[in-house]
Amino acid sequence: MRLIVPLQGIVQGRGGLILGSIIPCAMYYFLQFYLKRRRSPPNLPEADSNPPSPVASSSNLTELSRSASRSNLVSRASIGRPHVSARVHSIAKANDSCYYVGLDRVSSDPYDRVGNPNGVVQLGLAENRLTLDLIENWITEKLNESILGMNANGIATYQPFDGMSELKVAMAGLMSQVVGKTVTFDPSQIVLTSGATSAIEILCFALADQGNAFLIPAPYYPGFDRDMKWRTGVELIPVHCRSSDNFTLSIPALDQAFNQARKRGQKVKGILLSNPSNPVGNLMTRETLLGLLDFAREKNIHIISDELFAGSTFGDEEFVSMAEIIESEETDKDRVHIVYGLSKDLSLPGFRVGVIYSYNENVLTVSRKMTRFSPVSAPTQRLVTSMLSDTTFIKSYIETNQERLRGMYELFVNGLKELGISCTKSSGGLYCWCDMSGLIKTYNEKGELDLWDKLLTVAKINVTPGSSCHCIEPGWFRCCFTTLDEDDVRIVIERIRLVVETCKSPS
Amino acid sequence: MAIDIVQPTVGLSKIAVSETHGENSPYFAGWKAYDENPYHEIHNPSGVIQMGLAENQVSFDLLEEYLESHQEATSWGKKVSGFRENALFQDYHGLLAFRKAMASFMEQVRGGKAKFNPKRVVLTAGATAANELLTFILANPGDALLVPTPYYPGFDRDLRWRTGVEIVPIHCESSNNFQITPEALESAYDHARSMGMKVQGVLITNPSNPLGATIQRKVLEQILDFVTRKNIHLVSDEIYSGSAFHADEFASIAEILESRNYQDAERCHIVYSLSKDLGLPGFRVGTVYSYNDQVVTTARRMSSFTLISSQTQFLLASMLSNKEFTEKYIKINRERLRKRYEMIVNGLKKAGIECLKGNAGLFCWMNLSPYLKEATRESELEIWKTIMDEVRLNISPGSSCRCSEPGWFRVCFANMSEETLEVALRRLHEFMDKRRNEEMSLLY
Repeated sequence: MRLIVPLQGIVQGRGGLILGSIIPCAMYYFLQFYLKRRRSPPNLPEADSNPPSPVASSSNLTELSRSASRSNLVSRASIGRPHVSARVHSIAKANDSCYYVGLDRVSSDPYDRVGNPNGVVQLGLAENRLTLDLIENWITEKLNESILGMNANGIATYQPFDGMSELKVAMAGLMSQVVGKTVTFDPSQIVLTSGATSAIEILCFALADQGNAFLIPAPYYPGFDRDMKWRTGVELIPVHCRSSDNFTLSIPALDQAFNQARKRGQKVKGILLSNPSNPVGNLMTRETLLGLLDFAREKNIHIISDELFAGSTFGDEEFVSMAEIIESEETDKDRVHIVYGLSKDLSLPGFRVGVIYSYNENVLTVSRKMTRFSPVSAPTQRLVTSMLSDTTFIKSYIETNQERLRGMYELFVNGLKELGISCTKSSGGLYCWCDMSGLIKTYNEKGELDLWDKLLTVAKINVTPGSSCHCIEPGWFRCCFTTLDEDDVRIVIERIRLVVETCKSPS
Repeated sequence: MAIDIVQPTVGLSKIAVSETHGENSPYFAGWKAYDENPYHEIHNPSGVIQMGLAENQVSFDLLEEYLESHQEATSWGKKVSGFRENALFQDYHGLLAFRKAMASFMEQVRGGKAKFNPKRVVLTAGATAANELLTFILANPGDALLVPTPYYPGFDRDLRWRTGVEIVPIHCESSNNFQITPEALESAYDHARSMGMKVQGVLITNPSNPLGATIQRKVLEQILDFVTRKNIHLVSDEIYSGSAFHADEFASIAEILESRNYQDAERCHIVYSLSKDLGLPGFRVGTVYSYNDQVVTTARRMSSFTLISSQTQFLLASMLSNKEFTEKYIKINRERLRKRYEMIVNGLKKAGIECLKGNAGLFCWMNLSPYLKEATRESELEIWKTIMDEVRLNISPGSSCRCSEPGWFRVCFANMSEETLEVALRRLHEFMDKRRNEEMSLLY
């Protein structure tokens, strides 16, 4: 029987198995029983009393408190109240994870250089505002009702659930542009869904049964904990990457994680990789990708390559898509599936456009059926088709975006360097991965969260702590810089300086 | 002879390979036949006429007119200043203006007889997603939902496929016009229990698909009493509420709850969508409206997997809040649907075919049981195939809807022009005449 271990941090090798897991487990469960007996019928939160937190979906939230053990919270409805599923309890309870706290703090006191200069600056949301002006211009010039197809049998009738064929063609073109024109994507291998969040979940439903697992290089996007596990019941097994390797994935580590899973009796169905990676921002090399393919082949498992940030690269390294690797293979195409979307590269997260690109006909068939539950809205399909078909615009957009990303990245990273904070060398994404371990008092998760809190309350910036991303080394933080402009960066650096100074002063 | 080396194919999940998506039933096979040979009055006058798709095209001109005269709604205004924030907006709470507009529209459709609070409106990309989402929330894999038969064939997929939940039918019979009875409810409940399943709720469609009839107020009260007694949930799928031919003939569960002062309302949840009433299926707008706070909170977070495009929310927010437009639309839509219904029912009667007395929806429930060789599912499918191949009409057999009596068919009438409907009726008339003549000649 597997031990249910709520307190991950301790089990990650920092407290020993017995002390680390059994005792806290026991204490935790006794506490839960005690509280449940004492509590009167739960006073459930008013529907909207969760403060107007702006975002929850495909950005970087984790809404699962890290001490929640889903399968163990029993539905103990009071008499007369109908039972709900076990799933509800892991999510519906009021959330005290530092993510939510941070977001709430921002939304209740948002920074505005003119209107609220002492507000909290949002650096915890991977949202790109740097190049939206180009899209705004395009809309102003080009939008008219013919684009939106506002006529009978245009947008209103039922459409193929996996997306209009014109959009698939346009999307295939975009994807090719984004990966550097090294691959031609086939529109018939595209299934459109309402966001990359849906795309990932559909693939999990299609590839794995409840209880099966995916290996995932850590640190990873905190949203995966919810998106991949919640309704599908699959497990995630982190494969830890280390700063000594610049957080790149090592195949031996992958192998070790696979074997350990097997010993535990867990069936691994695939690997989920993010390339460019979130939160680190590095790109996978051709060699690593080939190594991954060999590994997947040997173990007969799938590869899901989440390439959501493929167009948001700014370094000297070239981006290599999994599609490029697999194009030249004769066999094994069946095991590769790519996820893409417009939320990051095109700054259109609200429009909910996600892509599943697979070489496996069975997976495509299943995905087409499943996307009925999460299709793309027709007027949006029309608008996006027009935009993506304007290839001149798209080319100039991508190039300008990359330039601005590079500029902002360098500005931000150099600013941090002034403060003695270094970042991993990254070439993609909307963020940088910063090493603030020198500033934390105790070299553990608590020390990290204390610093996070200080950054939130003293520097008034919301950043993402590495522990939320399952990073095994404490002290790392993800800072998104794409909602700022140049003047804001200066202000943020000065604010961080305050905290750096208090950390360095003897206490 | 060389031995083929078979590469081990990498496996998929059980869900992926199961048939629970239900897409191998005749309901879906008919669509294929239509796709391969679709009717067109000029280019393909002998093609298959699609009467298996519950789509509402009778009032599209009203929408078109609105959209043409309100272009700011479609383009974020002349300076597109609202575009940026809209494009970045991915909050699962949804645009407040849109939620308010949905709540107000739902009130209007019910003639103001029930109030809806925007805070309880959870947005999903379609009613398909809303039904699945509620099932994920209300039931665990292996649990059962009781659903009255006949029911929308898509439920087999929407409620069961990825959720692992079972549907246990509440059998309804033609002897009382397929109404749900307390006995049928109890019987279904006991049957589920006897199979070792935990019953988590009852899911009704009101107005009913495929019956095309509203559920009587008295019956709704009985259902509510039943679920209260058993301490289970009630999901009321009211996506056809705006398609009731006479507004006063539709009673929503919301009205019943209001009349009971919302006592025990926590177990009730309503599903709505704009696909049928407003004829906007491509927009993918659905909602879960729940009287249960915990369900609302969970549903909101779970809607992350099925958010409505912020562009669409923006576009529709202003349209649905335009009370003048919505009043006019709802009223005219009801009238037109009623006329269509009368047209098809009278046409069928002339052909010697009776229908269930209906008062809502985009279809009628046709009774061909007198014409079956035997009262079996096989005979029903035989006639269905004949109608598909010879008459070239795609209609939905009752067996796909799990109807316990063979010989009933759902025939949609709102997804085509009046002329096309006439062609369909004419063909059916000729077919029935031919059949009658053949039968006569057999007697002599």
